[in-house]
Amino acid sequence: MRYLLMFVTLLGMGFAAADPEADREGLRDFYAKRFPSTPLGDHKDGVYAIDADAREQWLEMEDFPPYEIALDEGREAYQTPFASGASYSDCFGDGAVKHRYPHFDEASGQVVTLEIAVNECRTANGESALDYSSTELINVVAFMAYESRDQLVAVAAPQSAEARAAYQQGKRFYSSRRGQLNFACSSCHVQLAGNRLRAEKLSASLGHVTHWPVYRLKWQEVGGLHKRFQECNSQVGAEPFALQSAEYRNLEYFLSYLSNGLELNGPATRK
Amino acid sequence: MAAKVKIRAKVSDGVANVKSLMPHPMETGTRRDPDGNVIPAHYIETVTCFKNDQEVISADWGASVSTNPYFAFRVKAQAGDVIRIDWVDNLGETSSGETVLK
Amino acid sequence: MAFSRRRWIGSALALGAASAAVLTPLRVLAKSRPAFTAESTDSALNSLFGDRVIEESDQIVLKIPDIAENGAVVPVTVSTDIAGVEKIAIVVDENPNPLSASFSIKPDAFADISTRVKMGKSSRVRALVQTPEKIYVTSKDVKVTIGGCGG
Repeated sequence: MRYLLMFVTLLGMGFAAADPEADREGLRDFYAKRFPSTPLGDHKDGVYAIDADAREQWLEMEDFPPYEIALDEGREAYQTPFASGASYSDCFGDGAVKHRYPHFDEASGQVVTLEIAVNECRTANGESALDYSSTELINVVAFMAYESRDQLVAVAAPQSAEARAAYQQGKRFYSSRRGQLNFACSSCHVQLAGNRLRAEKLSASLGHVTHWPVYRLKWQEVGGLHKRFQECNSQVGAEPFALQSAEYRNLEYFLSYLSNGLELNGPATRK
Repeated sequence: MAAKVKIRAKVSDGVANVKSLMPHPMETGTRRDPDGNVIPAHYIETVTCFKNDQEVISADWGASVSTNPYFAFRVKAQAGDVIRIDWVDNLGETSSGETVLK
Repeated sequence: MAFSRRRWIGSALALGAASAAVLTPLRVLAKSRPAFTAESTDSALNSLFGDRVIEESDQIVLKIPDIAENGAVVPVTVSTDIAGVEKIAIVVDENPNPLSASFSIKPDAFADISTRVKMGKSSRVRALVQTPEKIYVTSKDVKVTIGGCGG
């Protein structure tokens, strides 16, 4: 209870006290108490770290995961040169770079996610930017996520005032109630984490970002983290924001920093 | 030709554990697209598996097999045997996949 | 008169153009397709097995979750050590067309198959195993739920 109060207080703090490390440590302490038998790193598997029945079905899917098809297509897209002769590897090497995303780009004054960076690579080399909902973009990101597996999330701490403001905005979004159901992200994933919501258990926010993009059985295809944010917002009766909107990028920035040190394990299958 | 069948197989003690994933929409013909039009039925009807050109297992499927079907089976085999999996769908499209057991 | 389906498929592929016109007749020849359009478990079983007796058996291992994570993708494994298995069938009672899949087990293959099926709602799922002498069945009730988050 003490940890819950501590963390909720941290969440409620204004712009003045932007201390991401304190947030991250507070969150970790909180989840260690809430899930005493789950090693913190295991939360990269989300609900499958805390629900044995769901885990078993997930392991069956892992036998031959449905995201492999997107992975093959992503690998091919990544290795196919652009019309100019340049390719994604000129921007990202072998693709194992996801652990550094998102990061705050001082020059443009905004949070840059991997999707944005992929499009920047394209436009810098004479290709058109891909729609954020396009299959090709998600496949390339899925491939890079796969190559980045086992790396530890290593989002750079916000340094400048603008970076700290972006982080704070993400944190505020996370703890603000919204929608008909008037839930904040923290309502389910902090206060009620581990409890049941109908047939499901509510997962911790620690580890939420590590396994994206995801083949969601519900979508029957691979989708990105922001698509899940949209769904989550819609499900509480709130108006969703656009993919790669400033709101969602800042939220991703906040959540990724909190998961620093966790293993990347994307792409993944989820229900 | 549609996307190839992905196969992963391991052989030990004279038995091969074969796992396959077949990219395919497996449309039932009852769903509608965002404009309200029915999406036509499009699903794999027959799957035939061969070990060195000998048919070892075959399957007849309805549209209620999941999208991007997974199919795993076990067969007596040894390293060097070739496992091939063919499918035909209700529109007459086909695909195939092959692997050499190690 | 029995066409060799494989021979048809072989030559159709060799022609390089597997047009629907060439392959459509196969659907009429394939014996178990009527079973796939049956709208009740009883008529599906009748299509597959005629009036042969179907016997409950605890020697069939039907591995399927009690509560499916997602009804669109329910992993199922059917295996058995019963000798002489020719065919395995999976039937989902509450689906619009209960027969989901049937497998022909030829020599060298084991009676051990895994796949993933769609379930429209909570339902009894039956695994049937056919040998020359008998047809055996086991079943499990699988719940399909609405996700906690609303879908």
